[in-house]
Amino acid sequence: MKSSRFWAWATFTVGALYFFVPLIATLEFSLRMRRGEYSFDAYRVVFGDDRFQATFTYSVVVAILTILLGVLVVVPTAYWIRLRMPHLRPVVEFITLLPLIIPAIVIVFGYIRMYGSSSPLPFLATARGTDALLIIGYATLALPYMYRAVDTGLRTIDVRTLTEAAQILGAGWTTIISRVILPNVLIAVLSGAFLSFAIVIGEFTMASLLNRPAFGPYLQNIGANRAYEPAALAVLAFAITWACMSVIQILSRFAPKSANQPR
Amino acid sequence: MADTFLSIQNVRKDFGATTVVNDFNLDVERGEFVSFLGPSGCGKTTMLRMVAGFEEPSAGRIMIGGVDVTNLKPNKRDIGMVFQAYALFPNLTVAQNIAFGLRVAGVSRAEQEARVKEMLSIIKLPDFGSRYPYQLSGGQQQRVALARALAPSPKLLLLDEPLSALDAKVRISLRDEIRAIQKRLGITTIFVTHDQEEALSMSDRIVVMYGGKAEQTGTPFEIYNRPATRFVASFVGTLNLLEGRVASSDRGAVEVDGQTIELGRPIEAEAGKPITLALRPEAVSLGETNGREQGLSGTIGDVHFLGSVIRVKVGVGRNAVMLDTFNDPASPPPVAGTPARIGFSPRDVLVLAD
Repeated sequence: MKSSRFWAWATFTVGALYFFVPLIATLEFSLRMRRGEYSFDAYRVVFGDDRFQATFTYSVVVAILTILLGVLVVVPTAYWIRLRMPHLRPVVEFITLLPLIIPAIVIVFGYIRMYGSSSPLPFLATARGTDALLIIGYATLALPYMYRAVDTGLRTIDVRTLTEAAQILGAGWTTIISRVILPNVLIAVLSGAFLSFAIVIGEFTMASLLNRPAFGPYLQNIGANRAYEPAALAVLAFAITWACMSVIQILSRFAPKSANQPR
Repeated sequence: MADTFLSIQNVRKDFGATTVVNDFNLDVERGEFVSFLGPSGCGKTTMLRMVAGFEEPSAGRIMIGGVDVTNLKPNKRDIGMVFQAYALFPNLTVAQNIAFGLRVAGVSRAEQEARVKEMLSIIKLPDFGSRYPYQLSGGQQQRVALARALAPSPKLLLLDEPLSALDAKVRISLRDEIRAIQKRLGITTIFVTHDQEEALSMSDRIVVMYGGKAEQTGTPFEIYNRPATRFVASFVGTLNLLEGRVASSDRGAVEVDGQTIELGRPIEAEAGKPITLALRPEAVSLGETNGREQGLSGTIGDVHFLGSVIRVKVGVGRNAVMLDTFNDPASPPPVAGTPARIGFSPRDVLVLAD
């Protein structure tokens, strides 16, 4: 009994050290820009940099649009698969896993070939078009996380009976999805959204090869040319991620309790 | 039927190679409460789902109020439905749940509120409007589901085993409540159940279903007292079966375990053929024919003392006849293994068609 507890704590400590030591080291390093004392100089430099503000804003906007696109594509699809075509689920799951197997660089080269300025769909001919393509590409990258999150959320409610209950009350598909299905899987959608956000904020390959002013290429650029600022940026990125997680935690407190199953 | 409201005509439903509902016909009058009763897999729920529009009939048609709705989508049928699994929207309050149908129909907010208030008072949960479904008990949830189904004033109410997820006590009180509300609103209702007691106590008429077919349609009194088929007789209520042989078709004489009983009415089967007779436990009494016209000799089998009632099994040859007698403090209960006579009236003997 006592020894098993010892090992549990030992494992926990090793794990915690493995996770926290690099983080603390990075934090410590980011505070040492001024020689001989701790200061927030590195952060001041980062926040004062116009390119930081511009690229970060750009990436946040792209992330939000990616999430919207992902929700619009994934929620109806996952819902329809659960409701009407459960036999297709393995196929769809496989398709949603493809972005994990196919490297982003392959996808982006495919895009460049398919949607170049001389192609029938010249997405890349304009900056806005390229932005749209980037969002579509990000939605693809986020697909595995988004789909799984939403599908898990749908599993907790009785999709079929709720759909039928809404139908017999006169509701059409738009009403059913927006007023019945989506609110009940909102927490799942939000966790999918959070994962999408995390992916998009740090993504480098696509943004760089499509030559968009995103946060990822900026990070890379700073990392190659500066000493303290990249550490500050890394800490900031962690802070943003954790803030997102906290928001999800708080939101899940307000999640509707699933009470439609007979007890 | 002068006032047929719902008419189901020659409906059949196939799932692949299996026929789940076969040649189903039923006319339901306005305001009538009709139950579909049968064991699981008999097609009763599928038939109900076809009325709702969730399944499409493979053949036949369904008319509501004189309009052919066979190919109409569920959300255009103007039907209210209560599901076994409650199916309240977990993200909406009780009031929002009840108002859902009204909101979809574009009813004004003031009217919605008035109607919700009215429905809440009908289901006797006037102060529950702002609660969420998970804060309610099963019985309360099902009452809200009923209110939600009735709020848009549908033409037809469908109840799909609404009581089977509830515990026994709640089931009985809610049963009476549903029937009272249905009568008060005068809404035509179809109720699906596998519980014969529910069907018998609530319905104007019962359709007993078996193997996708309507075995018998009739009032609870008819179904119980004059079951048309062997299945109906055995599924509804308890029944004692007597295997015998026809002695005379004209006189209705049947030989059971070497003893002859006379039904006093002709039997369709020929003399010498095997036949099954059935008797309800309450139609049989213990003791020397006891003023009844017919009797059989047998041996007392199991005796169960249930307090006010004593349940006795009497063996007559290979047949076992169960009967209840009231507990009489002056005389001790019968003893197993002793010979006994049972008496019954020929009127109460059911001749079962197989």
